[in-house]
Amino acid sequence: MQIHISSSDGVPIYLQIVNQVKHLVAAGRLAPAEEIPPIRALAEQLVVNPSTVARAYLELERAGIVTKRHGSGTYVSTSPSTLSRREKIRVLTQRMDALLAEAGNLDIDLSEVLELARERHETMHAKK
Amino acid sequence: MNFPSPSSAESVISITGLTRRFGPKTALNDVSLYVPPGGVFGLVGENGAGKTTLIKHLLGLFRAETGEVRVFGLDPVAEPVAVLGGIGYLSEQPDLPGWMRVDELLRYTQAFYPNWDPAYAEQLRVQFGLNPTQRISTLSKGQRAKAGLLAAQAHRPKLLLLDEPSSGLDPMVRRDILEAVIRTVADEGRTVFFSSHLLEEIERVSDQVAMLHQGQIVLCGPLDEIKARHRRYTLHFEKAQVKSPAIAGALRISGSGKEWTVVCNGAGINLPPLAAGLGARIVGEQIPSLNEIFEAHAGAALPGQPAAPLS
Repeated sequence: MQIHISSSDGVPIYLQIVNQVKHLVAAGRLAPAEEIPPIRALAEQLVVNPSTVARAYLELERAGIVTKRHGSGTYVSTSPSTLSRREKIRVLTQRMDALLAEAGNLDIDLSEVLELARERHETMHAKK
Repeated sequence: MNFPSPSSAESVISITGLTRRFGPKTALNDVSLYVPPGGVFGLVGENGAGKTTLIKHLLGLFRAETGEVRVFGLDPVAEPVAVLGGIGYLSEQPDLPGWMRVDELLRYTQAFYPNWDPAYAEQLRVQFGLNPTQRISTLSKGQRAKAGLLAAQAHRPKLLLLDEPSSGLDPMVRRDILEAVIRTVADEGRTVFFSSHLLEEIERVSDQVAMLHQGQIVLCGPLDEIKARHRRYTLHFEKAQVKSPAIAGALRISGSGKEWTVVCNGAGINLPPLAAGLGARIVGEQIPSLNEIFEAHAGAALPGQPAAPLS
């Protein structure tokens, strides 16, 4: 699990951790039932206060993204919550906006973008 | 006690009404602060704000002329052994005997601390990559800081006291120092008091923050609360503004033309109606970084200084 903290950004550090873990889960880089690092290990890795990591994990637990198992550790939840679905759409929307803006700059219209998306999809699945 | 405080009994550090003058200069002006156990307390302020003077009072190097200083509930001047025995201290320029070798320094330091943990000291020495037979005088600035940190940490002090520890050091050594801070609080809820003018560091590791400016505490509290209260608004005016708009209660206003940035403490100001009254709309609202909050408070506290720097 790779998380990057920026302290020049005003976003509170616990929230940066929450957002990035949500992103990793939504992007499939953290699999359901995968263990996430213990609080102390992540605090040392990121060089942030352990109570900040503890607060982030509590928020993630409340949001149903992770589950704490008694005495063993913290794991990505196995049942994808509705929030996780919403988060997936949010991640995709950001990428989509960037893609459409870029297409606009390059003078490529929407129908061409959609055609390209279909073509890439077929190529990717043909390989498998 | 002249100024009883409900929180002073359980505080690791309690400072009440401390004033210190050096000739005509007031280095500390009626400073009160309480450091609860089991967390990281960050003291921020520019060079010359009074941070080191405050820390020297904690170490018993200065006697409180006005006010009261207690560490572990004791007066550091009256009971230096009990106070200093519980403190691990690292200053900006660790004063280490240059003629000693690293291993000699460790044995020498060990003699002062009954709780010295030789296995832990050795673990840290390996981790910091210090050669036991090297003379202190031949160590680089970064290695010297690591040797100082090792000596401050290896007796697992109740209070780790760091005065500008990472000033002038490269990022790798700064990381070692910050990791030591994290380890200290993660272990058995010990306490760290950490002064720095590097606000990114303070923001990363602190639970509580106090801002010292020209000898006075201008802001003090849990970092989360301070961050949650402050806002940075971007205002877009219909017409270009020739001079900085007047917004009562704003800590800092900067910008030019149609767009201006306002930093304010949300507790004391309700900006949306004020902005509307000035013919502006709010186009951005963010949480400022601790650096921006500090600059805003330091600027606001200086009378006679223009609120907006010309940039």
